[in-house]
Amino acid sequence: MEDRHYYKSLTRNMAITMIMVSITPLVLIAGLIGYYFETAYREKVLAHLQELVEKHQQNINAFLDEKLSYIKVLADSYSVEQLTDEAFLENKLIILQNAYSGIFVDLGIVDSTGVQIAYAGNLKLEKADYSGAEWFRKAQKQDYFVSDVFLGLRKTPHFIVSVKKRRGENEWLLRATIDFLAFNSLVENLRIGKTGSALIINSAGEYQTRPGMEPLPEMASLLKRTSWTRAAPVEGAHAATSQPAGFKTISSGSLALSGIVASRGREFIYILMPLKGGEWTLAYQQDTADAFSELNSARTLALTILFSGVLGIVFMAFFMSRKVVLRIEKVDQEKDLMNEQVLEAGKLASVGELAAGIAHEINNPVAIMAEEAGWMEDLLEDMHIEESEDFEEFRRSLKQITVQGERCKEITHKLLSFARRTDPVHHDIQVNDTIEEILGIFDQRSKFSNIRIQSELDPALPLVSASPSELQQVFINLINNAIDAMGSGGGLLEIRSRLEADQAVIDIADTGHGIPNTVMARIFEPFFTTKPVGKGTGLGLSICYGIVRKLGGTITVNSAVGLGTTFRISLPVHTGDVTRTGS
Amino acid sequence: MHARYKTPPGPTYLSSPARNERMEMGLPVLIVDDEAEFAETLAERLRLRGFTPHVANSGEEALSLVARGVANIMLLDLKMPGMDGLEVLRRIQKGAFRMQVIILTGHGSEIDEVYARSMGAIEYLRKPADLGAILAAFKKAEKELNKNMPVLTKE
Repeated sequence: MEDRHYYKSLTRNMAITMIMVSITPLVLIAGLIGYYFETAYREKVLAHLQELVEKHQQNINAFLDEKLSYIKVLADSYSVEQLTDEAFLENKLIILQNAYSGIFVDLGIVDSTGVQIAYAGNLKLEKADYSGAEWFRKAQKQDYFVSDVFLGLRKTPHFIVSVKKRRGENEWLLRATIDFLAFNSLVENLRIGKTGSALIINSAGEYQTRPGMEPLPEMASLLKRTSWTRAAPVEGAHAATSQPAGFKTISSGSLALSGIVASRGREFIYILMPLKGGEWTLAYQQDTADAFSELNSARTLALTILFSGVLGIVFMAFFMSRKVVLRIEKVDQEKDLMNEQVLEAGKLASVGELAAGIAHEINNPVAIMAEEAGWMEDLLEDMHIEESEDFEEFRRSLKQITVQGERCKEITHKLLSFARRTDPVHHDIQVNDTIEEILGIFDQRSKFSNIRIQSELDPALPLVSASPSELQQVFINLINNAIDAMGSGGGLLEIRSRLEADQAVIDIADTGHGIPNTVMARIFEPFFTTKPVGKGTGLGLSICYGIVRKLGGTITVNSAVGLGTTFRISLPVHTGDVTRTGS
Repeated sequence: MHARYKTPPGPTYLSSPARNERMEMGLPVLIVDDEAEFAETLAERLRLRGFTPHVANSGEEALSLVARGVANIMLLDLKMPGMDGLEVLRRIQKGAFRMQVIILTGHGSEIDEVYARSMGAIEYLRKPADLGAILAAFKKAEKELNKNMPVLTKE
């Protein structure tokens, strides 16, 4: 159960690490390049738009200048007498109309009182009185004049180009009407994408062209605030404007004002340029979604690639880590299997060691028995059995033989009881009993080594579920090591058991030479031993470790060089009842 | 009954004329073994065969008897609580006592034997050992002692 969890979290951690490592640079690069690309692209689009609008501005300015210059040529080339001759004027109009079809609607001469003294055109405006017209008042003040678009007497949108001439006391104007539609087409040509369009507006905010789009309300307010001051000698004009909120001006130069404005939840690019020396403004607007449509589709494509890349990385990361962890799991299982085999081998080795020790132990009592038997033979040789003098001696010797025979039996009995219980089946075991049993085996050995054994066993210790032989092995190995560590110098071996937070804790403490730090890390390694060659297999502690871990317990060491070592084993107590496990 | 251990030679054996004869020419030997029963019984049997055995039940006791010069031949057990046989052997070698040591042990391993012989033990016997083997070892030890006598005479 715990293993499942371990492998799961290992998979997760590996996958997350892989994902982080792969995605972080990907996202960073994508973001960085995306940002710079977008910025550069936007700037380029804006510059391009500005260039286009500028070209139109030049076109419109040129158009107006050109028309004005024709009229100027007419006014300069002919006298007022010639021009007031309507046939002559008609003739000139036809020439102009032939050259520029549909642009010049009519021609007229207006005297200083505002009365049209000569007229050529279709509208029968001879003797029309312009004295009240606004354009007339303005035109009188300037040598050349281009009016705003207005309906005028003919009730159709048009504008007037006029040239003022003086002869003697009298001033007169040569005026030409420019067809609105012809002019309008100049601006209507400026259509880019789906939403990009332009309009011309005068300083009063009146449209000078038919708006191809609905102008933004924000645009109108911006236009109102913008005035092109005639600062530069040529037609240079400066934009003097105070920015309303929501405008982001990208460039604000002498010839243009451009930026991005948010309106109705969308963003619009706007470009403003002065016309007619600043009297009119050429305004261009375009939805950014339209202007940057290629950028947006590039971004969509990039995001799609990024997203599918991330998806692929995530999938691969989980797939790969799952595969790797499965592999690790398999290796771990193989390792566990090998550990079990080592455990088995160690079990045999420790049983063999113990048996050899016991065989040696038996020699002593057997030697006594042999000696006693020899003594009886000696006595028998010398005397007759009926001589009661040695009768007591016989009795004593016989008794000794019996006693020593018992000793042999006892030892072999212990050996057998140990050998018999090597089944790995788990039982509920009272650890205290196991300890007492093992201490019995070590009785003799500890006596030889001058070692005092003290046990302090908690009688209330609950049962532990374990294999009796395996548990015995753990204690035999640890006590063996403890006795070895104390050597022939003797010492104190303490064995304590107690209950500590649902764990049966057993301390095995010796006063031996202790474990140096250099060795400490390796003591549980299989085949690691500090004992002389042939004395230790290096399996004892690794077996203990394996068994205790298998029982769900822990084994820890606390050692001080020269003072002693304490091994602490904690085993989960066997609670047995269902209610405990359920809660 | 226990009296015989405390005061060898006990009255029981003194009464036997045959034993008295042998006692007079007894070769002193020192038996060192922590198994008191074993040591005493062996001592009785040796006494019966004309030796003058002394018994020590520990390494320390053995060394003090050696220092007193009770015997020049020692039958030594290896595994004893406290000072073990090899340590006794080491001290005897160090103290330059004129001793011939025979090892008699129940824990005899090859390594121990090599070790003991390197420290001057002339014979290495395993328990339970035949009395004949022990007597043969004593004979060998006696021969060694006589060989060295002129050189190692006490001043």
